[in-house]
Amino acid sequence: MARVLVAMSGGVDSAVAAGLLQEQDHDVTGVHLRLADVPDAQQVPGHGCCGLDDAQDARRTAQILDIPFYVWDMTEIFAREVQGPFAREYAAGRTPNPCVTCNERVKYAALLDRALDLGFDAIATGHHARLERGGEPVVIPGPDARLVRGRDVAKDQSYVLHMATPDQLAVTLLPVGELLKAEVRAHAHATGMRVAGKPDSYDVCFIPDGDTAGWLSGELGERPGPVVDVDGTTIGEHRGVWGVTVGQRRGLGLDHHERRFVVDVDAATDTIVVGPRSALACRWVEVATPTWTTGVPIASGDQIRVQLRAHGSTVAARGVITQSGSLRLELDGPAHGVAIGQAAVVYDAMDHHCLGGGRITAAERPARLPILNGAGGR
Amino acid sequence: MPSMQADLDHAATTPPRPEALEVLQRWVGSANASAQHLPGQASRRAVEHAREQAAAALGCGPHDIVFTSGGTEADNLAIKGIAWAASAARGGPVHLVTSAIEHAAVLEPARWLAARGDIELDVMPPRPDGTVDIDEVLASVRDGSDGRAPTALVSIMGANNELGAVNDVARLGAGLRERGVALHVDAVQCIATLDVSLERWSADALAVSAHKIGGPQGVGVAVLRRGLQVESLAHGGGQDRGLRSGTFAVGLIAACGLALERAADERDALRARLIDLSDRLATGLLGIGGVRRSGPKDASDRLASHVHVMIDGVDSTALALGLDAAGVFASAGSACSSGAASGSHVVDACGLAGAPLRLSLGWTSTVAEVDHAIATLAELVPRLRQGGAVFGLEAPVARHGASPVDA
Repeated sequence: MARVLVAMSGGVDSAVAAGLLQEQDHDVTGVHLRLADVPDAQQVPGHGCCGLDDAQDARRTAQILDIPFYVWDMTEIFAREVQGPFAREYAAGRTPNPCVTCNERVKYAALLDRALDLGFDAIATGHHARLERGGEPVVIPGPDARLVRGRDVAKDQSYVLHMATPDQLAVTLLPVGELLKAEVRAHAHATGMRVAGKPDSYDVCFIPDGDTAGWLSGELGERPGPVVDVDGTTIGEHRGVWGVTVGQRRGLGLDHHERRFVVDVDAATDTIVVGPRSALACRWVEVATPTWTTGVPIASGDQIRVQLRAHGSTVAARGVITQSGSLRLELDGPAHGVAIGQAAVVYDAMDHHCLGGGRITAAERPARLPILNGAGGR
Repeated sequence: MPSMQADLDHAATTPPRPEALEVLQRWVGSANASAQHLPGQASRRAVEHAREQAAAALGCGPHDIVFTSGGTEADNLAIKGIAWAASAARGGPVHLVTSAIEHAAVLEPARWLAARGDIELDVMPPRPDGTVDIDEVLASVRDGSDGRAPTALVSIMGANNELGAVNDVARLGAGLRERGVALHVDAVQCIATLDVSLERWSADALAVSAHKIGGPQGVGVAVLRRGLQVESLAHGGGQDRGLRSGTFAVGLIAACGLALERAADERDALRARLIDLSDRLATGLLGIGGVRRSGPKDASDRLASHVHVMIDGVDSTALALGLDAAGVFASAGSACSSGAASGSHVVDACGLAGAPLRLSLGWTSTVAEVDHAIATLAELVPRLRQGGAVFGLEAPVARHGASPVDA
């Protein structure tokens, strides 16, 4: 038995995580993290995890399970470590993943540190990912826990946990990863949890209405610039490079250029570059500061699989560790729509073990040369 | 749950008196007290008996009593009701004075009225000990002769709910009466241990809540002096002078009346016992080091029920969890709407540093509970300062030499 602190978002997964841990005879305490300070009027029921309803739902689940429950205010660290960088990254022309940042800077930092300080043996979340030790599911925290994809591959969230270190995994439990999503809901239903049918949240939790561009323009204002085709022709104007993401096709306001994708974003010149799908083809990406769930980098030349966005499929690749410690991933075939700032997450060749990864700091941009030539070079 | 437990959060709610529960049980399913028939008359008898009990306990007449759902509704009725009636009579906004350490049930309606332009608001800062400077409040009162909106209402709490600092509302009331300005006193926190009296305080309105004195939650009293113009917030059947329409909650009202009567009867004895207990508690806590007692120096300016301390070098959330784990139930911070511990506007207004902890005593408090709290904190606080775990404190037993005070 371990003393486990479960981060309860108010959703069904973390609710069932708490229930499963209790069934495994752990001494379970629930904590709801108040992350974003979303004004009540902007809260959308069923969306995000920062609203009053979610705190209430988490509290009710804790009551059903008869476990102690607390709400911890982490709005300050969340604003500083997640929301602020989220806006700044977009302003710099990159596409951040706030869930990755939140896990890295909030859950696997502030929350874990506080939990261990207080005397908990481990923290748990409702992520769909598994921990294995010697090929067996981890039910007791401890060393040698390996991060693997959740049993429900369609719901797998190991991508957003790739930054965990072996020390952190040794004090983590991920009970929900052993279940299919339907089984999670059935378990919640059988336990009498009112969140059993609660919809999954897909939005950025602090932007409950899903209007990321609107939120960003509220934070960043407007910084208009040209939309330029790969051949150098200016074909439109935009109100801020943060309105788009590489790979995006819709919403560009280019009615007559249906087959145009965003192929590059240059914040320095406030330029959005569009082009045909072929201009998105990317055969290599670089991660300046990778981390490894196993504690050791992969060996250069290892055949691996790489996931380049949350809920994306993986591509076969070879990893090369450079002298500076950065990771260069040579993809076996081209990936399309690779956005700088997203995580490149490395799995073993079987696409099972999550080995690590990091933020993409550079990627092949076939479109770069023509546009720079056309624009006078740089 | 630990075997030894200490309820030191009586200021939040104190256990109901068995006799109040009996009365509640007896009347909770009774006939509508506004009905004309005999069962309705029987119910109304219970309501009117409770009204007399409340009036006797609160130093006012039975016609001054309005039963509400609790302290918050009573505060809202006084603040909004008096302000609106006065501004309607004047045909323009009126001036209202309150203090920065009031409960949210006073501050929020006042700020809301000010934001709507219904009143002009002055919020007086407290002294560092949590008391309000009565002379400053009196000096802020406007008579309207300079063309500015005249003061219609002053709302100052009888004692602060966190620090237990007692205000000299009798002196304030006398001064305001001379100036023809109404006084509302939020007496929710002081009703258990202080002699609350509309008459003696020269007040015009009071708010109290039954669950702070051994009555049930969900009922309270707004005392609104007959003759004072008050606008109703709930229009309907016209119960309680039309100030608070709605079916009389007979069981709750009867239990509230009884609890107020018993609280008044037993107040002096309770206060004497709680002074000893809170002294013992404060002495024990101050022995830990890095712990400062908040509130007035003079014991006569403090509620006998409250011990508020600021603790250096600990985190409030860790303190709360550690106290829970050891079975000591106290208030390590008030909660925001999501339930997260939020900063205290009272602590901020008084400029206090450290982690706040309020331990509050009541009619069921024992020496054993006090000693359990002291022993727990004496072990927990140093542990937290060293970054140690909050769980598995040795079952703290009384290790303090002082002799029991209620033996």
